[in-house]
Amino acid sequence: MSELPAAHAAGAGAPAPENDAKARMRAALTAELPEEIVLHAEEDLRPFECDGLSAYRRLPMLAVLPSTIEQVQAVLRICHAHDTPVVARGAGTGLSGGALPLESGVLLSLAKFNRILDIDTANRRATVQPGVRNLAISQAVDHLGLYYAPDPSSQIACSIGGNVAENSGGVHCLKYGLTTNNIVQIEIVTIEGERLTIGSPALDSPGYDLLALMTGSEGLLGVIVEVVVKLLPKPELAQCALIAFDDVRKAGNAVAEIIKAGIVPAGLEMLDHPAILATEEFVHAGYPTDAAAILLCEIDGTEGEVADDMARVREVVEASGATDIRISRDDVERALFWAGRKAAFPAMGRISPDYYCMDGTIPRRALADVLIGIGELSEQYGQRVANVFHAGDGNLHPLILYDANQPGELENTEAFGGAICRLCLEYGGTITGEHGVGVEKIDQMCVQFPSAELTQFHAVKAAFDAKTLLNPDKAVPTLHRCAEFGAMHVHHGQLPHPELERL
Amino acid sequence: MTETTDSTLAGLAAQVADACEAGRALTIAGGGSKPFLGEAPPDTNAEKLDITAYRGVVSYDPGELVMTARAGTLLAEIEAALDTEGQRLAFEPPHYGETATLGGTIATGISGPGRPYTGAARDFVLGTKIINGRGEVLRFGGEVMKNVAGYDLSRLMAGAHGTLGVLAEISLKVLPAPRFSRTRVFEFDAATAIERFNAWGLRPWPITAAYWEDGRAYLRLSGAESSVSAAMETLGGETLADDALFWADVREHRRDFFTRGDAPLWRLSVAPATPTLDLHGETALDWGGAQRWLVSDESPESIRAAVAAHGGHASVYRDAAGEPIRPRQHPMPAALRQLSQRLKHSMDPAGILNPGRIDPEF
Repeated sequence: MSELPAAHAAGAGAPAPENDAKARMRAALTAELPEEIVLHAEEDLRPFECDGLSAYRRLPMLAVLPSTIEQVQAVLRICHAHDTPVVARGAGTGLSGGALPLESGVLLSLAKFNRILDIDTANRRATVQPGVRNLAISQAVDHLGLYYAPDPSSQIACSIGGNVAENSGGVHCLKYGLTTNNIVQIEIVTIEGERLTIGSPALDSPGYDLLALMTGSEGLLGVIVEVVVKLLPKPELAQCALIAFDDVRKAGNAVAEIIKAGIVPAGLEMLDHPAILATEEFVHAGYPTDAAAILLCEIDGTEGEVADDMARVREVVEASGATDIRISRDDVERALFWAGRKAAFPAMGRISPDYYCMDGTIPRRALADVLIGIGELSEQYGQRVANVFHAGDGNLHPLILYDANQPGELENTEAFGGAICRLCLEYGGTITGEHGVGVEKIDQMCVQFPSAELTQFHAVKAAFDAKTLLNPDKAVPTLHRCAEFGAMHVHHGQLPHPELERL
Repeated sequence: MTETTDSTLAGLAAQVADACEAGRALTIAGGGSKPFLGEAPPDTNAEKLDITAYRGVVSYDPGELVMTARAGTLLAEIEAALDTEGQRLAFEPPHYGETATLGGTIATGISGPGRPYTGAARDFVLGTKIINGRGEVLRFGGEVMKNVAGYDLSRLMAGAHGTLGVLAEISLKVLPAPRFSRTRVFEFDAATAIERFNAWGLRPWPITAAYWEDGRAYLRLSGAESSVSAAMETLGGETLADDALFWADVREHRRDFFTRGDAPLWRLSVAPATPTLDLHGETALDWGGAQRWLVSDESPESIRAAVAAHGGHASVYRDAAGEPIRPRQHPMPAALRQLSQRLKHSMDPAGILNPGRIDPEF
């Protein structure tokens, strides 16, 4: 992942708490909890100083590692009574700083909640603790011919609790949905320490769809302590097509044409020329290095479905001007086609000292225009960029290459990133498709949402957490912050004063 | 957007703002096709907020798989527009009448036979424009498939019966219509149907609906012709003629079962593999066993207890003659109910939007 320096460590968050506040909280926690699960020494707190967005680092006042729901309830009840903020943390792989601790707060690690509690084959469900790794669920039910569909690229390490908090996606979202479409029930603990069941074993529940609201709420509304996920039968067959184009516009149009043809691919990814070069040099997946862009189009289902859809894909992309089409002959070749895509991030690490992974979504029809726009911004900011897209659902991951040791490059990179966010909004998209807002995109939220919407978000938050103690200052900016940021809300894709240059 | 639709929305927002100021309840009125859903029927004495004039498709690009339409648009009109492009609403919403609007469909959050296999109404909501209880026009979500900026208040609107906000515009994910569909019929008792539906659900077959009634199980398969044919061969059973009409009748409650007898009609929502329940009356099974229809004179208490023992919930769909059953919805645990009430208050502080439609108290 991006190895940005600790440039943001100073200045962020509240001033260091007084030692007596820390001593008081430690005493309150250890009065009810085993002493060894309340960490206070600097060397013990160090592992929690950042998540996957390592540019932002901060030590928590204390960290607690509970192993039972009752202990989580106690931690939250005590924090609530002492007006102490709490940041919940799963595997710490998030890319938006959602698990960044607070100097005056308690870091609540769910790492010990790592058991699969029940596999209900008949109902195709698994009940798991929040610290269970995403991939571990699919592995545990593999022998039943089942799997858990959402597969964020960090699935080896990321935990399901974090997936629910962020509404994680992955490569297969267009066909199989996001986390929100693949869970049926969660247990949460409120900031008052109350345990609630949200959702149900049935396909719906009485009252409001609080499961929808909780999913993607970035730890601001409650702490997830149990998740019931849906399991799907593994498709009989999957096949991948590697399709090359000599022009990004043709590749972008081919994406829309595939969808229009009535095909819903299991995965539809796009790499631009710089990404192709870097990955090919790294993993030798056989990508055509002279192509301006390639598409990876995966079709899964029964043998008949795959054969039918692949034939249609071939027709459509030929008509869209593909210069080369290769269809995987077996799972070995399919894995090879994917190897390049999956190695795209580390491949950037080989060609650049540092890189910054962006995340935004746009309507598919704008793919080519946004790619070209990002190219222009790249020239304008004088920094290289490689593009890896979940093209099927318009989710972009531009990777900005930079060198943190060059004075000013980090700041320039962040400004470039902000410009990409605004570009996504101008084309009717969003500033984050799957990585979340966290601390990273908090200022961009001021651009995406007018103050009335932000005020409504804060009111919803207050219904769950009146004292604003759960993961404060993340995900939804205060109006004050937006005023300081000088945000321009982009309305209907129209920036105010489009004649002015915005850097 | 034209000036007329702009001023229609502004007028609706102003009416809500006025009502908020005065603390006057509003009954949100669409096509009026589903008054029997929700906790209490719409209050006909309250001031009416008529959304039917706010209608029309705002944008539809088949290549995006997204349609945005105003809440007052007829559901039939939406489906016709999608059909022209070979696409559809994959949650197969019941209409329960020709006047059904898109707004009412999402506000009630109801889904048809395909729900366990392709998703519910809430799964297809990508974005909404709403009027909150203060009369503010707010936009959440968007027209893209993946969007995690801000709380997912759009999806929350599905099934909220307008009590959290008046739906003004809705962006939905749409999907290609299946190319080929066939339904197989089997002679099974209810227990066998539940067992088979869920065993078949473990296989990578293109199952898109599973219903049982009067000793017959109906299984719909949709997708590529070759895979539907292959699954039919393995499964056996008889092919049902005119199956599109059959599933429409199931969806719209036009089958005889739904009008049979004078007892109340209950909807039981349970995990699909839940065994048959020991309740008097007649049962039909939909959603592979996850949605069960019960025509029964048993007391609400015993029906709710039987369902709750399996983690499910029961609601009244149709009353018998005489005193209507209250509450209609399965009661929520107290803590969840308090949280829901606070949530309602955060979006509608004066409590004026469809009061009583989701809960007797709010």
